[in-house]
Amino acid sequence: MFSQSRNDWLLFIGFSIAVLCAPILMEPFGGNYPDLLQKLAIFGLFAIGFNILFGLTGYLSFGHAAFIGVGSYVSIWSFKLLTMNAIPAVLFSVIIAGVFAFLIGYVSLRRSGIYFSILTLAFAQMCYSLAYSVLTPITNGETGLQLRALRTNPDLGLLDADIRVLDQALGIQETSVPTPNFFGLQTSGYEGFYFCAVILIVGFFIAQKITNSNFGMMLKAIKSNQNRLNYTGIHARPYLLAAFVISGMYAGLAGSLMAVTDPIAGAERMQWTASGEVVLMTILGGVGTLVGPVLGAGIIKYAEQKVSSWNEGIISDFFSFLPAGLQDFTASFVSLFVGEGWHLTLGLLFMVIVIFLPGGMMEGFRRIVGLFKRPNDNDTVSNSATAQPAE
Amino acid sequence: MSDRKNPTRRGVIKTGAAAGAALSTPYFFTGTSLAGGHSYRNEPKGKDVTFGFNVPQTGAYSEEGKDELRAYELAVEHINAGGGGMLDTFSSKALKGGVNGKTVKFVTGDTQTKSDAARASAKRMIESDGAIMITGGSSSGVAIAVQGLCQEAGVIFMAGLTHSNDTTGKDKRANGFRHFFNTEMTGAALAPVLKNAFGGERTAYHLTADYTWGWSQEGSIKKYTEGLGWKTAAAVRTPLGAGDFSSYITPVLNSGADVLVLNHYGKDMVNSLTNAVKFGLRDKQVNGKDFAIVVPLYSRLMAQGAGENVKGIFGSTNWHWSLSDEGSKAFVKSFGEKYGFPPSQAAHTTYCQAILYADACQRAGTFKPSQVGKALEGFKFDGLGNGPTEYRAEDHQCFKDVLVVKGKENPSSKFDVLEVVEVTPRAKVEYKPELLGGELGPYNDGPV
Amino acid sequence: MDEIFLQVLNGLDKGGAYALIALGLTLVFGTLGVVNFAHGTLFMLGAFCTVALNRMLTTSYQRVNPDKTDFLGNPLKEDIPYVQDWFGADFSAFVFDYNVPISILLAIVVMGLVGVIMERGLIKHFYNRPHADQILVTFGLAIVMQEIVKHYFGANPIPQNAPDIVGGAANIGAWIGLGDNVVYPVWRLVYFAFSATIIFSVFAFLQFTTFGMVVRAGMQDRETVGLLGINIERRFTIVFALAAIVAGLAGVMYTPILPPDYHWGMDFLVLSFVVVVVGGMGSLGGAVLAGFMLGILQSFASMNQVKAIFPGIDQIIIYLVAVIILLTLPRGLMGRKGVMED
Repeated sequence: MFSQSRNDWLLFIGFSIAVLCAPILMEPFGGNYPDLLQKLAIFGLFAIGFNILFGLTGYLSFGHAAFIGVGSYVSIWSFKLLTMNAIPAVLFSVIIAGVFAFLIGYVSLRRSGIYFSILTLAFAQMCYSLAYSVLTPITNGETGLQLRALRTNPDLGLLDADIRVLDQALGIQETSVPTPNFFGLQTSGYEGFYFCAVILIVGFFIAQKITNSNFGMMLKAIKSNQNRLNYTGIHARPYLLAAFVISGMYAGLAGSLMAVTDPIAGAERMQWTASGEVVLMTILGGVGTLVGPVLGAGIIKYAEQKVSSWNEGIISDFFSFLPAGLQDFTASFVSLFVGEGWHLTLGLLFMVIVIFLPGGMMEGFRRIVGLFKRPNDNDTVSNSATAQPAE
Repeated sequence: MSDRKNPTRRGVIKTGAAAGAALSTPYFFTGTSLAGGHSYRNEPKGKDVTFGFNVPQTGAYSEEGKDELRAYELAVEHINAGGGGMLDTFSSKALKGGVNGKTVKFVTGDTQTKSDAARASAKRMIESDGAIMITGGSSSGVAIAVQGLCQEAGVIFMAGLTHSNDTTGKDKRANGFRHFFNTEMTGAALAPVLKNAFGGERTAYHLTADYTWGWSQEGSIKKYTEGLGWKTAAAVRTPLGAGDFSSYITPVLNSGADVLVLNHYGKDMVNSLTNAVKFGLRDKQVNGKDFAIVVPLYSRLMAQGAGENVKGIFGSTNWHWSLSDEGSKAFVKSFGEKYGFPPSQAAHTTYCQAILYADACQRAGTFKPSQVGKALEGFKFDGLGNGPTEYRAEDHQCFKDVLVVKGKENPSSKFDVLEVVEVTPRAKVEYKPELLGGELGPYNDGPV
Repeated sequence: MDEIFLQVLNGLDKGGAYALIALGLTLVFGTLGVVNFAHGTLFMLGAFCTVALNRMLTTSYQRVNPDKTDFLGNPLKEDIPYVQDWFGADFSAFVFDYNVPISILLAIVVMGLVGVIMERGLIKHFYNRPHADQILVTFGLAIVMQEIVKHYFGANPIPQNAPDIVGGAANIGAWIGLGDNVVYPVWRLVYFAFSATIIFSVFAFLQFTTFGMVVRAGMQDRETVGLLGINIERRFTIVFALAAIVAGLAGVMYTPILPPDYHWGMDFLVLSFVVVVVGGMGSLGGAVLAGFMLGILQSFASMNQVKAIFPGIDQIIIYLVAVIILLTLPRGLMGRKGVMED
């Protein structure tokens, strides 16, 4: 179970250190605050899971946001009905997201290529539309599912008052609306980040094992030539379904962590744009690599939260070393790309990356590293970041 | 966490070093967050205090968001100068330049009109930029989500444009305050005017955006118009962002209804109204009466998008730049001179919220949420464009006159879209706080 | 009966727009093998050709009118369009009235150019790249184009009017012996006729010209056509430009129905892909059929009688139909084997 090649161990240890030291690494970029760090870990996990399906098998799902939503809703319901402890919430979310993934995957995987993509998209959009409107008694619609104080008035519905059966049985006292915890340790703020970070590292390790296992090899075989696999008498669909369910569970886990660190669940998490976002994260970072998707997630979340905040005042201050006229010009030019123009930067980034670095950011790193190595070392370098068979 | 505004080297090393020890010493961090000598979240220690402006900068409401930001910048200018704009006409004279001796700075965030994104950017401003308060927003879902966050984080939230009852009803929070009006007030103000204009025997057909605000709006209009003798033929839910509403409009023709109520906002309102007018509804006669269309919540910015189709169509609005009281005139003048066009109702409400917050801090002598909140509760003021206004203590909702407007027949400029038909006095739109349910709960001053 | 008739009209109208967008999309799929996520944005750009023409025509200088005041109480600076000064009030009124039809001409030129530049500058390099790369690069391009439009025209919808003569509502009921309540906006009838004409022309072009024959052959088997020594590259460019023009014209004509805004591209993106896939990848007839079918089903799903039985059905009908079709017909309505299945 723990047998891995030296390179894989190095990658795992390096990754773990990088994740745990993220507060220090993000400090120079102004990104050292709990919410961004949590989002990096959560979306990193989501992207890792997505990559198990897309990176290994090549099946492009446009509906994974549905599992994020399911995970979030299940977690909040677990907080509302059972206990504020994060563990049951996470477990239930993963299991139920897995069930959803099984059902949607079972149907969608009857088709391949873009037909598969559209089927997953259709299921996710149906989940989103219904959660926003008709399913409001379960999802609280536009406002989102939130935690409430304990029910004192029996007339109140479960949306407006919680019962927390387990906590009540254990005799835990509550004042106003409680926050989720991990056996007493709160799961917001930096504590929440480390909670997510540990799960991310575990998730990374599992993904590494899957990639390097026989099962992973099978998935890669599906990607390279499914016909040939069929000719050898192997049915690809059970493997595909397993990959789909695993990646759906990762998404459910990510959704659950979103609810654990910030207890609210809204339908827009299931919209196709959210599914599209994880596709972009994966491609941006590097499809099929283990670290790439996490990196892509980091870049997109950083752009969304930080680049969008650089308003004209901040830009002007930043360029204050320039002469007045030039400062105004530079500031007004740069502000096209940041602040409210951050979408433009994101669009340009997608284009530049995919045009010049087809393998995503990871290919960029490989090329840079390659420059510093002797030419005949290139092959080993290009393999170090990608997955290698175990033995 | 501790002093996030000026992250010290020491603090960084501490958090970093804690990485390995995090799980074994669970209360280590709670300990650090206690440090710093703060008596409430993000207590300003230097010469400045930071406000957080959380508005939509991308997506369908980004023009409204831009206008809100303009108003905030203007408000900050006026607060720091101790005068200008509506600050001169404001009945409270506490602000004399800066707040509690500190200069106001601000940070901005993009809500994208999504609850998750709005909470994320609010958290960034609180955790990373040290914002003492959050204000803004252009939809009720976002406002409620951010209000909940501010309650948890322990900062004051001054809601921007949010019209749903729930913001200060079912989902009200002690740390949240709203200046904008709500669907209940719209119903109470609009129904009598509609009865006067169209008579007491009318049958209404509702098209309602299928989410919380839409339902709330539909409910209020139904309640008050039916109270005055109108009937409701049908209330049909339409998907958010449906685009083409034609297939919802054609059934109206055969329903026997003679009034169409469009409980839509933003792009949905522009589209459904355009469709309805193009289907000839405005020129139609039913039961010997002229067919009428009503848009309960008007936004001038959005109404411009519907062009000529808004002519003669009734609705309500929180404020309009053509009002002739001193406060409105002063605000339009200062805003217009700075930006070259008149402000929207979104700009007005956010400007008021920034001024009201700053004033409350000055009167309380602190930025501590519980004390600022106490200073706002029951606060009566005037001179901010809406006449005498009160921040009701029971639900943190402003009570003031409500404007009933209609699309102008002969606009003199592209801003001159609406005309004020009636100013419904506050007494007619007031309701008991228990009506909308919810609990304020206690104030939260943050992890102290 | 009246109501069902009206819903069929609504469906044909929506379907016309869906079909026009999907037609270009599937043409590009079928011939070039490219998944173009910027196709919806081309529809949006077309719509903004109308807005831009309107802006150009109303390019004005300011003249102070001392009799009137602006909102600040200063003397009003009136905007006088140059067109009005140069050609007189009658002509300028005519031009403003016919803004939308005139902008068709502009859109043909602009969208053709956009198509050629896009294909030569970007898409060409992605013929042999994985679909994921094509998706990412065209999605990035879509965001960039959309943000540029937003920068110049703002985020709010900008109303455009149909010419007065077709701007009202027609009492169809009186024409064909149905009730008085069967009225329908004339422009929507124009739109339907327009989309039918365009669809017919595209089919005729592909069916009856040598160029069209080569393109159809290319859709069947690109490599062989290339081996025959036919300059397939140049034809690809033209096909792409054609798709852009069709999408753009669909956008231009749609502006009097709904006021255009910068986000149209993304709004129609998912929908157009669903239409294409339901129709069957690379099948032109399938795209048109699926467009009209989904339009009509969507209209019926939003009827109160239907919603009373299945609440919320109008929210998901498009996707529900897509799922059912794809599960019963593996390649959509008229798709061929092997296209985009890997």
